[in-house]
Amino acid sequence: MLELRNVSCSFPGFNLSEISFSVADGEYFILLGESGAGKSLLLEAIAGLNQVKTGSLILNGKDITHQKIQQRGIGLVFQDQAVFPHLLVRENIAYALKGKYLTNSEKENIIKETALLLQIPGLLNRKPATLSGGELQRVALARALVQKPTILLLDEPLSATDSKLRSELRALLRQINRMGQTIIHVTHDFDEAVSLADHIAIMNQGRIVQTGTPQEVFGKPANGFVAHFAGIRNFFKVSIEKLNGTCVVWPKKEVAIFTADNTETDSGYILIRNEDILLSPNAFESSALNNFEGKVVDIYPSRSGMEVELDIGIAMFAQISCESATKLKLAPGENAWVHFKASSVKFIAG
Amino acid sequence: MKQFSSFQIAISLAGALILLFIVAPLVGMFVSTSPSDLFATACDLEVQQSIKLTIWVSLAATIFFAIAAIPLAYLLARKEFPLKSIVSGIIDLPVVIPHSAAGIAILGFVSRDSLVGKMGSSIGLNFVGHPAGIALAMAFVSLPFLINAARDGFMGVPVRLEKAALTLGASPARVFFTISLPLAWRSIVSGLILMFARGMSEFGAVIMVAYHPMITPVLIYERFGAFGLNYARPVSVLFILVSLTVFIALRMLARNKGQKFSNHA
Repeated sequence: MLELRNVSCSFPGFNLSEISFSVADGEYFILLGESGAGKSLLLEAIAGLNQVKTGSLILNGKDITHQKIQQRGIGLVFQDQAVFPHLLVRENIAYALKGKYLTNSEKENIIKETALLLQIPGLLNRKPATLSGGELQRVALARALVQKPTILLLDEPLSATDSKLRSELRALLRQINRMGQTIIHVTHDFDEAVSLADHIAIMNQGRIVQTGTPQEVFGKPANGFVAHFAGIRNFFKVSIEKLNGTCVVWPKKEVAIFTADNTETDSGYILIRNEDILLSPNAFESSALNNFEGKVVDIYPSRSGMEVELDIGIAMFAQISCESATKLKLAPGENAWVHFKASSVKFIAG
Repeated sequence: MKQFSSFQIAISLAGALILLFIVAPLVGMFVSTSPSDLFATACDLEVQQSIKLTIWVSLAATIFFAIAAIPLAYLLARKEFPLKSIVSGIIDLPVVIPHSAAGIAILGFVSRDSLVGKMGSSIGLNFVGHPAGIALAMAFVSLPFLINAARDGFMGVPVRLEKAALTLGASPARVFFTISLPLAWRSIVSGLILMFARGMSEFGAVIMVAYHPMITPVLIYERFGAFGLNYARPVSVLFILVSLTVFIALRMLARNKGQKFSNHA
C-alpha cells in the first residue's frame, strides 16, 4: 500500500501542496486533472525523480520519502514513452535486469514472458525508430514491468493514441491490473478515468480536490471544477430557503429553483444533469416544478446530439437530440422554455 | 526555368567571394609547390619527426583532457549551479585571448619557478621545451571546441531518457555511460576532432612554451625566418595534406562508429 501524507514539493513557479491519499495493493488509481495541474510532477515525486519538500511517502509501511530512486521498486512509464532510441527493443526491456544476479537464460526467459504479455515478441530485435506509437507504448510498459515494480506509475499512457489503439491498451492495462499490479495512472481524460479506475483523485493547481470511487466523485462532485470534469455544466453555488416545506435554492437573486433534496444548511451546491432538462417553444402544464423562459445563447453539436446554452438568468445547458433541435427550430437569440423536475436537482452540501 | 531574384544573385556573389578568399591562397600555395620539392620535403627527417610529434602530442592532449572535459560538458548541460554563466565564460576565454598571451600564461604556469613546474621537476619532468608543455599549450587553446560541442550534444539528449533509466534501477554513472554518452556521441566525436585539429595547428601558444622539440607550425615559421618563403612553402603544403588526411580519416571513422551506434548499440 502506498500512502502520501501531506506531500508538498516546490518547483520554479509551481507548488504541489499538502497532497494526501492512499493506494491499496492491486488497486487501479487514477489521478485526473487538467494539463498543468501538477499530475506528472506528483508522479515523478512518487518515483523519486522530484524531491519532496515536506510530508512523507509510505510504501508498505516503510518511509521512502528520501529513499534512492533505484531502491524504491517503482516503475514509471512516461507520456512520450522514453524508449532508448539507440537500443534494440530487447535491450530496452533487459535494461532493468542488469545487476539482478540473473543468468543469461533467466534474463532471456523474463524478456520473452514480458514480451508475450505485452504482445510484442516479434519486435524484440527491432529498433525503436521503426515502431509505431502503440508498439512503443507496449515496449515502455514491458520495460517498466520487467523489474516487477511494487507500483506501476503511468503518465498519460493513452494520450497519443487513436481510439482503436486506446481501447486495446485500456484492455491491456486492465489485464495487467487484474494480475495484481498496483497502478497509478495520470490522465486528463474523464472517460479513461471512469473506464479504468477503482479510485480517483482529482487534481487542480497542485492540490487534490477530491478522492473516492468514480461513483462517489462524479455522483457528488465537491465543487464546480470536479463537476466540469464530469461533463456536468449545470453546477451552481446556491443559498437555500424553505417555502411551504419545499426546499428552494437561489443560484442568483432572481432565479429560484425547487429541489426535492431536503437540507437544513443555508448554502451549498446544486447540480442538474444536461440530459434532465426539457426544452419547449412554449410554456406547458406538467409535473415539473422548475419552468423558466429563456433565450438560446448558442447551440452546437456534442458527442450525443446537440448541446444548447440558454440564458434563464443563469447560464443553463441542455442536451437534446439532433431531431429535437430541428423540430424546435432552436437558434441563437430565439426564446425557449426550460423545464426540469425538482427531483433532478441534486443538492450537495458545502 | 528557375528565376533568381537580384537579392539571391547578390548573396551568391558575396558567398563566392568569401569562398575565393579562403581557397585562393591555398590553391596558390599548392600550385607554386613543385612535386619534386614536395617529395624532397616529405623525405626530410626533420619534417617527418616534426609532423609525427605534432600529431601524437595533439592526440595525447585531446585524449588526456577529454577524460575530464566530457564530464564537465555533461555538468554544464544538465546542472544549474551558482556562477554557471561565469564558468561558461571562462571555458570560452582561450578562444578570445591572443594565443601568444595564452602561451605566456601557460609558460608562467609551468616554468621552473612555478608550483606546477617544481612538482614536475621533482619527478624529472620539465614542461618547458618538452612535449608535455606543448600538449598543455595545445589543450589550453583547443579545449573550448570539445567542451562546447559535447555540452551541445548532451543538451540534445532528452532528460526523460535519463530519468527513465534511473527509474529502471540504473545508477547515475550507468545512466551517463549507457544513455547520455552514446546518444551525445556524434557531437562529442565532432568536438574531439575539432580539438585535435585545433591543437595540431596551434603556433602562438606553443612557441612560448617549447620552441624545441619543434612542432610543424613552429618549423614552418623557422624555415620562413631562416630561408624564406620558398623553403617554408613545401612544409606548409605537406602539413596541410597530412592534416586533411588525418581529419578526413577521423571523420570517416567517427561516421562509421556513429552508424554502428545507431544500428546496433
